[in-house]
Amino acid sequence: MDLTYSAEHETFREEVRAFLESSVDLAPDPGDLDYKSPKRLSWQKLLIERGYAARTIPREYGGFGASPDLLKSQVLAEEFSRSPLPGGIAGQGISMLVPTLLELGTEAQKQRYVAATLSGEMVWCQGYSEPNSGSDLASLKTAAHIDGDDYVINGQKIWTSTAQHADMMFCLVRTEPDAPKHRGISYLLIPMDTPGIEVRPLMTMVGQSTFNEVFFTDVRVPRSQVVGAPGEGWKVANATLTHERGMLGDPDAALKRFNQIVDMMRSETLDGYALMQNPLLRDRLIRLQAEVHAMRFHGLRLTTQRLRGERPGVEGLIVKLQGCELNHQLAALALDVMGELGLLYDDDSGYLRDRGSWQFKYMFDLGLIIGGGTAQIQKNIIAERGLGMPREPKPARS
Amino acid sequence: MDFGLTEEQTMLQDSVRRFLTDRCPLDVVRAVVAGDDAALRGLEDGLAELGIGPVLVPESAGGLGLGLLDAALVQQTLGEAVCPAPFTGQALLATLVIQTAASAAQADEWLPALVRGEMRCAIAATELAGAREAAAIYAPADCLDGKALFALDAEHATHVLVADVARRWYLVDLAAGGVRLNRLQTIDVTRSTVEVLLDKAPATPLVGARNHHAAGQQVLSAGRVLLAADSFGAASAMLAKAVDYAQSREQFGRVIASFQAVKHLCAEMAARLEPCRALLWYAAYAGQQQQDDAELMALLAKSHIDEVARFVARTATEVHGGMGFTDLLGLHYWFKRIGANRQLLGGPERLREAAAQLQGFAA
Repeated sequence: MDLTYSAEHETFREEVRAFLESSVDLAPDPGDLDYKSPKRLSWQKLLIERGYAARTIPREYGGFGASPDLLKSQVLAEEFSRSPLPGGIAGQGISMLVPTLLELGTEAQKQRYVAATLSGEMVWCQGYSEPNSGSDLASLKTAAHIDGDDYVINGQKIWTSTAQHADMMFCLVRTEPDAPKHRGISYLLIPMDTPGIEVRPLMTMVGQSTFNEVFFTDVRVPRSQVVGAPGEGWKVANATLTHERGMLGDPDAALKRFNQIVDMMRSETLDGYALMQNPLLRDRLIRLQAEVHAMRFHGLRLTTQRLRGERPGVEGLIVKLQGCELNHQLAALALDVMGELGLLYDDDSGYLRDRGSWQFKYMFDLGLIIGGGTAQIQKNIIAERGLGMPREPKPARS
Repeated sequence: MDFGLTEEQTMLQDSVRRFLTDRCPLDVVRAVVAGDDAALRGLEDGLAELGIGPVLVPESAGGLGLGLLDAALVQQTLGEAVCPAPFTGQALLATLVIQTAASAAQADEWLPALVRGEMRCAIAATELAGAREAAAIYAPADCLDGKALFALDAEHATHVLVADVARRWYLVDLAAGGVRLNRLQTIDVTRSTVEVLLDKAPATPLVGARNHHAAGQQVLSAGRVLLAADSFGAASAMLAKAVDYAQSREQFGRVIASFQAVKHLCAEMAARLEPCRALLWYAAYAGQQQQDDAELMALLAKSHIDEVARFVARTATEVHGGMGFTDLLGLHYWFKRIGANRQLLGGPERLREAAAQLQGFAA
């Protein structure tokens, strides 16, 4: 156990901190929802130039080109979560597609897509889930058959976040209908302006269309748009699902939330007394503080395992389940601290707190608990892969 | 930055675990708690041969010279085995009290005596965390009056280390007059607790601490980390037993481990337990390095592990079905040990309130 950082890493931390303190005017407003606003793109460009985004992605593909240094990545995550300024763009294109292409894409695919995605100019959506293929994703039915040099796609995807803004979709389609269900799937890159694609927004409980349904009718895509070998799409997708599950349990984000709630409990009052004076709310706060630190240290432990080249056991499988739940509980506490005021949403009376973001988080986090592998699927994975318990036997076919 | 155990620490823990698997199986635990003194002596002698008793004692005094993290790793394995030897108080906390509160001359005399096993100290520290039944120790002049409750590890003890109301520590020789120990029989029969009654008992004050409050706090925090380590170990063992049992027990023509209802209980236990390990390591390390956040982290670690361990204790018992409720499997020894650790040196609600006060959250 050694919690000190080397002089190199401490210098790096100082540098990041100084940059964040002096760059308030350059960063986009957190309420800026335009994916390609000039300020968002220029901020992303600046972050990449400084090595604070796309840090380890080679320069030839538009990244910063640093050699991997987990501790520097750690320092970056810590400092950005401490700061009110946003980090680099974190969409599914950058966090899921780019690592997949770098690992499994052809040179032409890398050249064409990686740099444009990193810069924020090319926005991606993920076409995995279907109405009848959720937890059992490999049962998906959206079909692509070969016609000359093209695939012709027919079917439907659902829960497609950002589809209405996206330029491209990375998509799982069934190319070999007679193969076993995990073997007949291919991973396709589809331009969203291809004729035959229809995007229908799906209104959600947060009051926004954070998801869409996407319909495909005779959508033609060149066969060169497959990533990896045809029929190997399940393996390709699993590489990215791992990235997503790691992404959804960011312990530094939980710490940031915790600190915000401490401030809130000191400043919000009831009958003239700070809510921090309420012993029951305080007890919940400290309960969550212990969990926030436990998850932070757990994250450090996993980082160290990676640095040492050790393979994590069950501890590597619990982050999504525990991290999402913790964030949800933090949002729940914030709502209870604010009481009636916390109910305000889309409100311009002047009483609204934090733009209504806690209500949004409380609901949206439930979406995260369900999405990316439900909590129940996570528990199956923990029990089966982590604890060595057997899979549910398949019912006999009638 | 390296957030993990060293190879030496892993080896230390593995060697204690191997010893306990071999020498402290359930039938030995049952023998000791039934009053078989030879079985307890055998276990103590084995631990002494293993050389881990003086884990915290400096090398100059014949110990291993290791830190609180190492001690917590040892304690974790004792919890895994519900080891009934009086180790936490006599080996670990006694060393910590002497190190933090005794003068150099006292430590030079007492630590080697601890290592040799000539001096064995029970620890009366409960009242540092809060007194019930008006328990309190007063020091009128060169002697002690009063009572302390739930003093730890009095078996085979020659002395008791007690703290007075001003948090000053004293060494009391049990062979001298004026001191009486009454056994307090708790649910956890794997460790004994006693009431210490002092009536003008001769006592040697520990005269090394510049700040009695800080010294007392350091011992209290270390004690909380060790109890958390013990519960973490006991809970880990219960989870492993639950998974094993579910793999062998068959109902409806299949092992119950293949039912999602059972798998999810086990997954929840693992998911809540694993982050406790990192929290425990950090809290122990913070105490060892005397970091500014040591007291807070001890409070957070014990309060959180108390809660998770209680959840694991009941859930693992449920996974065992009716067998979990019987004495036949002995699962209840772990269940009760976790229950006792939860209350000793402060239960979770008290600890969370202390953590709030420490951070200036509570008035």
